[in-house]
Amino acid sequence: MVNIKELPSKTLLMPGNAACPGCPETLGLRYVSMALGDKAVLVIPAGCSSVIQGIYPKSGIGFPILNIVFAAAASAASGLARAYKIRGLEDAQVVVWAGDGGTGDIGIQALSGAAERNENIIYICVDNEAYMNTGIQRSSLTPYGAWTTTTWTGKKEHKKDVPLIMIAHGAPYVATASVGFPTDFIEKLRRAASIKGLKYIHLHAPCPVGWRFDPSKTVEVAKLAVQTGIWVLYEYRGGVFRISPLSRPYAKKERRKPLKEYLKLQGRFRHLGEDDVKVLEAYIEERWKLYLNMEKTLGSKAT
Amino acid sequence: MTVKLLTGNYTVAEAARLARVKVVAAFPITPQTTIVEKIAEMIEHGEMDAEMIHVESEHSALAAAYGAAAGGVRAFTATSSQGLLYMHEVVWWVAGSRIPLVMAIVTRAIGPPWNIHVSHEDIMDQRDTGWIISIAEDNQEVLDLTLQAFRISEDPRVYLPAMVGLDGFILSHTTMPVDVPSQEEVDSWLPPRSPGPYVIEPGSGVIMGNIPPDEDYMRMRKAMQTAMRNAERVIMEVEEEYYKLTGRRYGGLLECYRCSDAKYAVVLMGTWAGNAKEAADRLREKGYPVGVARIRYIRPFPSMLLREKLGGMKGVMVMDRSVSMGRGGPLFLEVAEALRSKPSMMSVIAGVGGVDVGVDDISSLVEKFIGKVEERGHVYIDEYWYGV
Ligand SMILES: Cc1ncc(C[n+]2csc(CCOP(=O)(O)OP(=O)(O)O)c2C)c(N)n1
Ligand code: SF4
Ligand SMILES: [Mg+2]
Repeated sequence: MVNIKELPSKTLLMPGNAACPGCPETLGLRYVSMALGDKAVLVIPAGCSSVIQGIYPKSGIGFPILNIVFAAAASAASGLARAYKIRGLEDAQVVVWAGDGGTGDIGIQALSGAAERNENIIYICVDNEAYMNTGIQRSSLTPYGAWTTTTWTGKKEHKKDVPLIMIAHGAPYVATASVGFPTDFIEKLRRAASIKGLKYIHLHAPCPVGWRFDPSKTVEVAKLAVQTGIWVLYEYRGGVFRISPLSRPYAKKERRKPLKEYLKLQGRFRHLGEDDVKVLEAYIEERWKLYLNMEKTLGSKAT
Repeated sequence: MTVKLLTGNYTVAEAARLARVKVVAAFPITPQTTIVEKIAEMIEHGEMDAEMIHVESEHSALAAAYGAAAGGVRAFTATSSQGLLYMHEVVWWVAGSRIPLVMAIVTRAIGPPWNIHVSHEDIMDQRDTGWIISIAEDNQEVLDLTLQAFRISEDPRVYLPAMVGLDGFILSHTTMPVDVPSQEEVDSWLPPRSPGPYVIEPGSGVIMGNIPPDEDYMRMRKAMQTAMRNAERVIMEVEEEYYKLTGRRYGGLLECYRCSDAKYAVVLMGTWAGNAKEAADRLREKGYPVGVARIRYIRPFPSMLLREKLGGMKGVMVMDRSVSMGRGGPLFLEVAEALRSKPSMMSVIAGVGGVDVGVDDISSLVEKFIGKVEERGHVYIDEYWYGV
């Protein structure tokens, strides 16, 4: 386990970036910089993080960054990674930093291609469950019931399970993480960095603006997502699937906190009725069943 | 220098190999396909030292080539028609990033309805993107333009990506003898890719593309236009140096054939310029003083050269292989502006979607045009569809 005290205090995320208060994407970027330091180059498609960088000619992020059109992050990253391979830059880490829209919707074709080719990149999906940059529109990763500016009465469909899609691609490393649990995320990033090929990390990132909660509560909401079991931390590595220790307790339904504690903090769920909550609870149960079954068939003994 | 029998597409592949391209990312589409096949074959057989990225689309093809070029290596791609439209967003992105890169465009019609034959709609659609755009008449010129494109694109006065057009099937799938320089000759003339204008790599601190103040955005756009103007000179210089190496030169942005004593000229681009030259020869036998001005670079556009060479003529007929819907022949409009419509002018739209246009067609069109001008003194025919 990573010890927070041993992490570098230097961060490549600087004051003066253009994020909203309580932004989960800046939290995530800080952890990426702690985990990978100046070995990393970021590829960022359209999304909040295009703006967070701040105004040219300055930048609030200390990484080298190749900004790219919305749909093409995984492809531009593939090109960069090949260039570094040719030039013998062995320890350079090409890191895609893309939103849920840039990953699961418009960018999924390029990501699928890069995964099939097993390009040597770390692809991080920073999942705030909507198109925040354009003003909180639904994405295929918005959860059931959530209000967005294109689902005024609540989304009717469930969240697309992108990490599972990546496992289906046979990627050498797939993991889920949360901005509420930095050490787990950093550990996963470091493990990813040690593996050749396509590493996919799906980072749950509660957004105060889009989810309608107080900016001081980002970490609390992120933790509740794990504690209620609606977000599950796991790792798939070399064909082995394992629930991460931080999520392990919530395999047992009775250990989970009531979902309502998570929902009531967020304005986007304010309108939910009892039936909607039941739909979400059933969804949680069904996902857990699937992950535990996967662990049974694809996992060595759980830790 | 050895003479090889090559199709246009194999010529493109040969040029990419000779230029020591390090990353190729491409997606197949008729009639470009054999470029991708040939390059894949050369790489797999160890004849070309490069990485091939087998992308899942053209949007990704150009994005991957762009990533590689931003990472400091020489990159290349090729496409046609639907593929070029599919990557259009990235076409703009690459130019705005000022990243040197070369892309072959095998010209083809755009659907619907499906049509795989030659047409200039695809390449003409790229005029505003900030790419250098050239177009060849034969396979020899395909080789020469492609090799030169790397030098031009990587010149610090330019730093813009470059497209090289070749007509679908007429060049892409037709075998012709091509004088191919040796690797040593090319190496002596084309140095390895320099790290300019910047390289995105760990520790570089470079960020490409974050939001600027609007004035800076506009300044960057103006700088691209300045680079285009610089390219006019760089294209001439590069061609002169290439001439010393190979003994071949064409006249930079515009090739003029029998123009110096001509009173009438046909302006066009691509392969059918060969037919126009033949038509000019025949018309001259009949006593008509006709020349041909072949556009070699659509961008930067040879406005000055056109004015200089054609401005004093009696009549200029422009042949377009595409249409700007609701306006007319795009090449005609640009030539008319360059000449300030001083000579008599006629716009001919023909050959669209691969409709055949031969020597007789062109000479009869020119003869009729000359007849009208001689009869009326000055004419301005702004749209004439020929063949349908
Ligand atoms: C091709 C294209 N379509 C639409 C947009 C507009 N757009 C920019 S960012 C964005 C949403 C980004 O959502 P996500 O990927 O989830 O990132 P977030 O902003 O939430 O961080 C959209 C729709 C665009 N830039 N490009
Ligand atoms: S909208 Fe959300 S994700 Fe985007 S910058 Fe603001 S807090 Fe961050
Ligand atoms: Mg989002």
